[in-house]
Amino acid sequence: MISERPIEIVQEERTRSAGSGGLVSRIATHAILLAMAVLMIFPLVWLVSTSLKSPGKQMIWPPQFIPNPVYFKNYSDLFVLAPMGNYLVNSFKIAVLSVFGVCFSSSLAAFAFARMHFRGREILFGGLLATMMLPGAVTIIPTFIIMKNLGWLNTHYPLIVPSFFGGAYFVFLLRQSFRAIPQDLFDSATIDGAGFFQIYWKIFIPLGMPALVTVALFAFLGSWNDLFGPLIYLSSQEKMTVALGLTYLRGRAGTGVGQVGVIMAGSMLGVIPMLILYGFGQKYFIQGLARTGLKG
Amino acid sequence: MTQDSGSLKQRRRYEERIAWLFITPVVLGILIFQIYPTIFSLYASFTTWNLITPPRWVGLENYVSLFTTDRFFIKSMWNTIRYTLGVVLPSMAISLFFASLLNQNIRFKHGYRAIYFVPVVAPTVALALLWGWLYEPNFGIINATLATVGIKGPSWLGTTTWALRSVIIMAIWAGIGFQIVIFLAGLQGISQEYYEAAAIDGANAWQKFAKITMPLLSPVTFFVLVTGVIGTFQDFSLVWVLTRGGPAGATQLIVMYLYGLAFQLQKMGRASAVAYAVFVVVVGLTIMNFILSKRWVFYEESN
Repeated sequence: MISERPIEIVQEERTRSAGSGGLVSRIATHAILLAMAVLMIFPLVWLVSTSLKSPGKQMIWPPQFIPNPVYFKNYSDLFVLAPMGNYLVNSFKIAVLSVFGVCFSSSLAAFAFARMHFRGREILFGGLLATMMLPGAVTIIPTFIIMKNLGWLNTHYPLIVPSFFGGAYFVFLLRQSFRAIPQDLFDSATIDGAGFFQIYWKIFIPLGMPALVTVALFAFLGSWNDLFGPLIYLSSQEKMTVALGLTYLRGRAGTGVGQVGVIMAGSMLGVIPMLILYGFGQKYFIQGLARTGLKG
Repeated sequence: MTQDSGSLKQRRRYEERIAWLFITPVVLGILIFQIYPTIFSLYASFTTWNLITPPRWVGLENYVSLFTTDRFFIKSMWNTIRYTLGVVLPSMAISLFFASLLNQNIRFKHGYRAIYFVPVVAPTVALALLWGWLYEPNFGIINATLATVGIKGPSWLGTTTWALRSVIIMAIWAGIGFQIVIFLAGLQGISQEYYEAAAIDGANAWQKFAKITMPLLSPVTFFVLVTGVIGTFQDFSLVWVLTRGGPAGATQLIVMYLYGLAFQLQKMGRASAVAYAVFVVVVGLTIMNFILSKRWVFYEESN
């Protein structure tokens, strides 16, 4: 693009137009944006609040935003009602192993597709992208049968092993970022006698780290939040993940409205790890997405 | 010379072998978890199969009954179409609006964007449980708030008139941050020069939006539309947790129907036929979108 020159002018123009747009329009803009922010965040505030209320207090009106008293017993009740500890450990185990598998396999393939020469490269890559169009609905039953025949029902393998075969979308994302790494680095490393794996590991992985972090975060998110996989593969309580376990918690806590505190506490335990991850990796989540949006 | 070209050829062959080694896991994954299941599903859709006895060929019977005797299939399809349109189109309008607001020289824009994105990262199950509580007819915050202004709120998830609308509202809330981020990235990719030139020519804000933003943003709009439709058409978790498809099947979506057939009733053949119906719709929509996009999507000449 030829936008090098007018950057300063543009900024000047922008501040001026914002200024000339006037205080009123700026306040209006902020009012709308803020109202939306409240709408987006309020349900989560209510989640935190309800999870800390004693039974009965959830129903009083006007509502208490800050519970009085703050009632932590919902969180301990949770572990009595359901093997919540198991759920958390299982979810972490599955997500971490999936991330590891996805990152390794996808980045290796992305490296080959980005920088190595082999026959059929373009066709294969095109085919890979085309499989992203396949709806999951059409693959789920035969995949289930494969897992069943392997004797993997009610184990964590069906939720972990497929990750070690990478993912088309992640290969695409990483290939984009690997192609941005200068060819010179590749060439000089080759002249120094480095092998392909060394170049991949010592140059492309470190330099492609931002994209790799994005992939890792999305893989973690996908695994942690997945309900369908655990729902069809896992049947015993102690093997379940948080997402699946939560759907059972509702049944176990009973239908009374008074039990809502415990259910919200359970939901909090599902949400908190993702919020922490989002807090640290916000930039990668948003930029990673923005990049695919633009190239889409 | 000959030795050089010989070693070059050798090196090429070596490179080829290593490259194949590197892509093997991904290629195998595609074959095992994508290609084979897609073909096998097609076969299974022509059989009756309960997982206990081997599949038995029945020809088109599954497909015929889907469209004749099976009331739930048509209902689920219809629900899914209404759900998909109800979620995707309003989401796109709202998120384009907010992305445009954020694409100005204003304070806290990154903060706003970060907040809108929060529901995208949170587990759908947890959010659906939360919304179940918000929608609770007697003590939920929505109806309690409505009551203070004298409106008696409906039983949101409990009535056939409101249930689908209610899950649509929640789905919009849960997904909008994703689209705002993508639209905003698209808007930021439009060079300011166009707007400057238009400003010199005396264009007003609406003209700038209609003549510059819309055409230049159309590839992004197209991307959001296609991924939105494909994704939403296959939604499961959110609605399953909120309503289990009820009341009276009013929120039964097609993937929920498939789940019930395959994994609760063990009707693998019939379920595969449903899967292929989804396949035809999703792939059909994608291809149709690509064809239509040639008319209305404007691709800037890129370097």
